[in-house]
Amino acid sequence: MTELTIVQAINRGLADAMRADPDVLVLGEDVGVNGGVFRATEGLFKEFGGDRVIDTPLSETGIVGAAIGMALYGLKPVAEIQFLDFIYPAFDQIVSELAKFRYRSGGQYPCHVVIRSPYGGGIKGGLYHSQSSEAYFAHTAGLKVVIPSTPADAKGLLATAIADPDPVLFLEPKRIYRAVSGEVPDGDQRVPFGEARIAREGADLTIFAYGAMIPPSVQAAETLAASGTNAEVVDLRTLVPLDEKAVLASVEKTGRAVIVHEAPRFCGFGAELAAILAEKAFFSLKAPIQRVTGYDTPFPYALENAYLPNAERIVHAAKAVVAAG
Amino acid sequence: MTDGADVVPLEYAPDDLVALLGPDWSTTLTNAFRWMTLARVLDGRMLALQRQGRIGFYGPATGQEAVSVGAALSVGPTDWVFPGLREQLVALARGHSLTTYLHHLFADDLDPARGRQMPCHPSAREVRYVSMSSVIGTQITQAVGLAYGLKVRHDPSVALAFFGDGATSANDFHAGANLAAVWQAPVVLCCTNNQWAISVPVDRQTASATLAGKSVAYGLPGERVDGTDVVAVTSRMRAAVARARAGEGPTLLEFVVFRMTPHSSSDDPTRYQAPDFLQRARQRDPYLRLELLLRRLDLADDAKLAAWREESDVAVRAAIEVAEHTPPPSPDSLETDVFAPSGGPAPS
Ligand SMILES: Cc1ncc(C[n+]2csc(CCOP(=O)(O)OP(=O)(O)O)c2C)c(N)n1
Ligand SMILES: [Mg+2]
Repeated sequence: MTELTIVQAINRGLADAMRADPDVLVLGEDVGVNGGVFRATEGLFKEFGGDRVIDTPLSETGIVGAAIGMALYGLKPVAEIQFLDFIYPAFDQIVSELAKFRYRSGGQYPCHVVIRSPYGGGIKGGLYHSQSSEAYFAHTAGLKVVIPSTPADAKGLLATAIADPDPVLFLEPKRIYRAVSGEVPDGDQRVPFGEARIAREGADLTIFAYGAMIPPSVQAAETLAASGTNAEVVDLRTLVPLDEKAVLASVEKTGRAVIVHEAPRFCGFGAELAAILAEKAFFSLKAPIQRVTGYDTPFPYALENAYLPNAERIVHAAKAVVAAG
Repeated sequence: MTDGADVVPLEYAPDDLVALLGPDWSTTLTNAFRWMTLARVLDGRMLALQRQGRIGFYGPATGQEAVSVGAALSVGPTDWVFPGLREQLVALARGHSLTTYLHHLFADDLDPARGRQMPCHPSAREVRYVSMSSVIGTQITQAVGLAYGLKVRHDPSVALAFFGDGATSANDFHAGANLAAVWQAPVVLCCTNNQWAISVPVDRQTASATLAGKSVAYGLPGERVDGTDVVAVTSRMRAAVARARAGEGPTLLEFVVFRMTPHSSSDDPTRYQAPDFLQRARQRDPYLRLELLLRRLDLADDAKLAAWREESDVAVRAAIEVAEHTPPPSPDSLETDVFAPSGGPAPS
């Protein structure tokens, strides 16, 4: 075990994967000598050289399109998109190509590609350094979408992503890159996809969250405990594949659900979760589901604290759910 | 004020300046210098305020000021500017209020965009300075589209699009340069090649010997200009603007400059930049080059330079004072401006 921050865990995970498999390489803007603008690729250029740690020109479509080609040849590229907000120039390559290659070729041409990208608010980044657009990608069949919230999960899920033969979008909660640290198992310890983590056990209410929304959700659960409500916090860890079993099991136990994400509410990932609960756990629900989310607006700079869900808003929603039944 | 020993001088004689800048050349140059002084003072103060936590972010333009001021002195009030991160001086030199700009940097309630954007992303419609996005390159195609509108409406105005060397690798550069030439749009594509895209040097950005050279394949004229020479910038910019205005189509101008400060307040260039880069950059500091020229032409002396410095110091200090005491945007502004206010005209 080693105590690491989330960004350190990602850095270790990349280095371990590159040491273990010469086919793994990293490409993106400023990932080389500079070590990435968040330092996630620090030291990799020195250890593995410019052929495997590629500073690309400023072209996201180039990064993803080239990563696809590398994978078609048999390499295992891990592409970095500097901020999730800058992924859209590559949207076509991701949605039309990366996600569809295996299907359209009858399995002849799978794409062994990981795209890593820091996402989310809380760093005073305004409209274009804050977005949480996981729903676009979760909506695209053929892509896996992974969002860790702890250093151990960051390293373990990244190892699984790099080993996965299919495309994985690995979203990193940059707000807690350094704010959250924890014990990380040494060696190749993988965290499987499709298994949610119970971040806190409880019997009265389930709070569903992921990524940077886990700390405020746990904090809210602790506040609720003081007033006698015992909340469970389920960290989804992978949105695709979703651990539907764990989602349903928790609500069958608690009968109440609050869904938290920082993305806008309308058509956010919470809508899918709520639909699954309505379809498959309706008779376990004692009260209407509540969502605590960002607003249906672009992401604001000055008012980011008003925009982002926090423990207080989660507690408020949880109390409303408990009061309703 | 500076010893200027290593600075590469601007060798123009008055006759050259008449030819390049017209009979008003001395006013043009002193105006340019005063605006550049304001930009220098702003960069220094704002980077310091950012470090003190008083503003959230800053993207300095030190070393690139001649391009912005040269552009501002080359266009008229009806022309349009699509900026990148480092062109706020274009807005200020075209009349955008310094205090309003400071309201933007402090993201306060009197920022016209209600503090929604990060600092250095102002929107200034009154000087036709278009709201910018952080997403590199997107403004290039937009400027071309606006210019298409100018052309088909027989509007004699032109559009300028500013972008960096890094942006020439982005989709929109290709799409924009291509459309501009196909449509013969009245647009000037202004590439400020400051040698870096954060940590990536321009020779890793492109294998092309120059960025101006990219114009050949798109079929528009391209020209490489010393962007640290305000005389060259202004005269070449005026020529490109005149071509566009005369219906002769777009131009790609590559302004070669040196980024003399970090990419932004979040960046640490010592991780990737050899120290001799800054030494070379200082020899081509556009501000010092112009100062030396003004001194040589007897347009400035120590007393004048000090007075101009003081004028900018005072103006910036006053604007900071006002902005810093303005409250943050009201929470109501979170949800406005997503769409037109309700009660407005229904779409037909
Ligand atoms: C599409 C996109 N990708 C990545 C970024 C992150 N980023 C911000 S500035 C920058 C470098 C820009 O370099 P250049 O175009 O030369 O402009 P400069 O900053 O040097 O003025 C990068 C990579 C971005 N803003 N937009
Ligand atoms: Mg640049």
